[in-house]
Amino acid sequence: MSEERRIICTACPVGCFMIAKEENGHVVSISGNSCPRGEEYAKIEMTDPRRVFASTVRVEGGALLVCPVRSKEPVPKDKIFEITKAVAHVTVKAPLEIGQVIIKNVCDTGVDIVASRSLPTKQSVELVSQGG
Amino acid sequence: MSDIIVDVAVIGAGPAGIAAGVGAKEAGAEKVAIFERDWDLGGILQQCIHPGFGLHAFGEELTGPEYVHRWISKAREAGVEFWTNSMVFHMEDDGSFWIMNPSLGIKRVVSKSLVLAMGCRERPLGALGIPGTRPAGIYTAGTAQRLVNMEGYMPGNRVVILGSGDVGLIMARRMIWEGAEVLGVYEIMPWPGGLRRNIAQCLDDYGIPFYLEETVIEVHGKDRLEGVTVAKVDKNRNPIVGTEKFLGCDTLLLAVGLIPENELSRMANVEINPVTQGPIVNEFLQTTKPNIFAAGNVVIVYDLVDWVSMEGERAGRNAALFAAGKFKPGEKKIKVSGGDNVRLYSPQWLSGQSDATIYMRVTQPIEKSCKVVVEPGLYEKRLRYARPGEMNEAHVKLQDLQALGDVDEIVVDIKEV
Repeated sequence: MSEERRIICTACPVGCFMIAKEENGHVVSISGNSCPRGEEYAKIEMTDPRRVFASTVRVEGGALLVCPVRSKEPVPKDKIFEITKAVAHVTVKAPLEIGQVIIKNVCDTGVDIVASRSLPTKQSVELVSQGG
Repeated sequence: MSDIIVDVAVIGAGPAGIAAGVGAKEAGAEKVAIFERDWDLGGILQQCIHPGFGLHAFGEELTGPEYVHRWISKAREAGVEFWTNSMVFHMEDDGSFWIMNPSLGIKRVVSKSLVLAMGCRERPLGALGIPGTRPAGIYTAGTAQRLVNMEGYMPGNRVVILGSGDVGLIMARRMIWEGAEVLGVYEIMPWPGGLRRNIAQCLDDYGIPFYLEETVIEVHGKDRLEGVTVAKVDKNRNPIVGTEKFLGCDTLLLAVGLIPENELSRMANVEINPVTQGPIVNEFLQTTKPNIFAAGNVVIVYDLVDWVSMEGERAGRNAALFAAGKFKPGEKKIKVSGGDNVRLYSPQWLSGQSDATIYMRVTQPIEKSCKVVVEPGLYEKRLRYARPGEMNEAHVKLQDLQALGDVDEIVVDIKEV
């Protein structure tokens, strides 16, 4: 059984159009990429497609009501909606440090959800109104 | 009431401004201060929580807040001063300006040189003139992005997106991830406005339909948006009778273009290019006012923040040299003109004192082998394609420019091979 798939590379902003050929479950050829990263992307895309997930969690006492979070590594594409639900129910307390783990091993993917910014408390921001 | 006196002042603590601060310190300026109206640093990047930033600057893909965090750390280490909650509301002809700050009140800032880094703004609904009512539920994509990612509010549940700029594409995926339904992205032009990889990872991944040469021709609803009428358009972008379709929705997001924000630049009588709507600059990012430099989306709207940072750093370095009296671009002016297929480009003139990078966008896409040229004979590079949504660049070498002798105009273009 052979299959041909058109893949747009998302490894960088160039966005190469690639054609990947698969035979009996094995990737046999990749064309259209303009760098080795594209080949790697296409191989993963054919066998185990992954995406970086980014969203927000609720924050108590923070300078903002929500803090942005991300999956530290790409997660399996078919787990994204499960992860959106797991992240939606989380509330954390300010202050937060960039890189701080918010959910460990989200939905058994082996990947952590981490804060993608530092967020001070609401109070500390109200006190400082001038830089320097 | 004493003035705030600095060597290099920067307006705006987004990616361009922060990098300008870093650049100015690197070039030896002593007192460098960035003035920012928000309580926080980072500008719009703080709401761009998706990955895709920093591949060129840091060799990895970061989210917006992560990318800007690195630059803020760099700037703090370099000794850049940040003035937050400080809104610049007026600028004088000589480049001095006035800020408003909740604890200091109104203060004047005087600097030896300055960098404009106010970024850009989204084209709003009013600029489109779409017939119909004006109910709640219509947002620019960036406003919706701020509501969802920073304020914690969902703008609505059934979404139509007009325009295919990158922020609109990113928001399509974001709304899906937050549980909304996205009915489609409608683009009036025959080609997409944003990057192709964003169409792949934001629309195709979630089966969101993408319609080219279709647009919203009417808005319906009294208090809240109840729907929009979409239609196909002809070659002149006029709706085609008989192709109208009603879509029930409670939210319309607009991703229909970005415009450099130059209200302050105009107050200082900095000359603005009517096409880019940014200041006319030379290869040093110096405006028509010798002490005023400009960088980033305030000059021309870039695709990638990496380029914005790079240009910001460059503007900051040159502003520092100017402040120290070491900057002399000379009297010579070589006009940069656009060819048949290039309207948007920057810089618009060269002083012929340095190598130069010229950024440009094609007017019409070319979906086959083509080339970027700077004539007469200054640069030529082959491309596999050229699209309005993807910026191109050309590099002009000083020695080649000098070899031309007394030339007063060069032309940039992108054309078929």
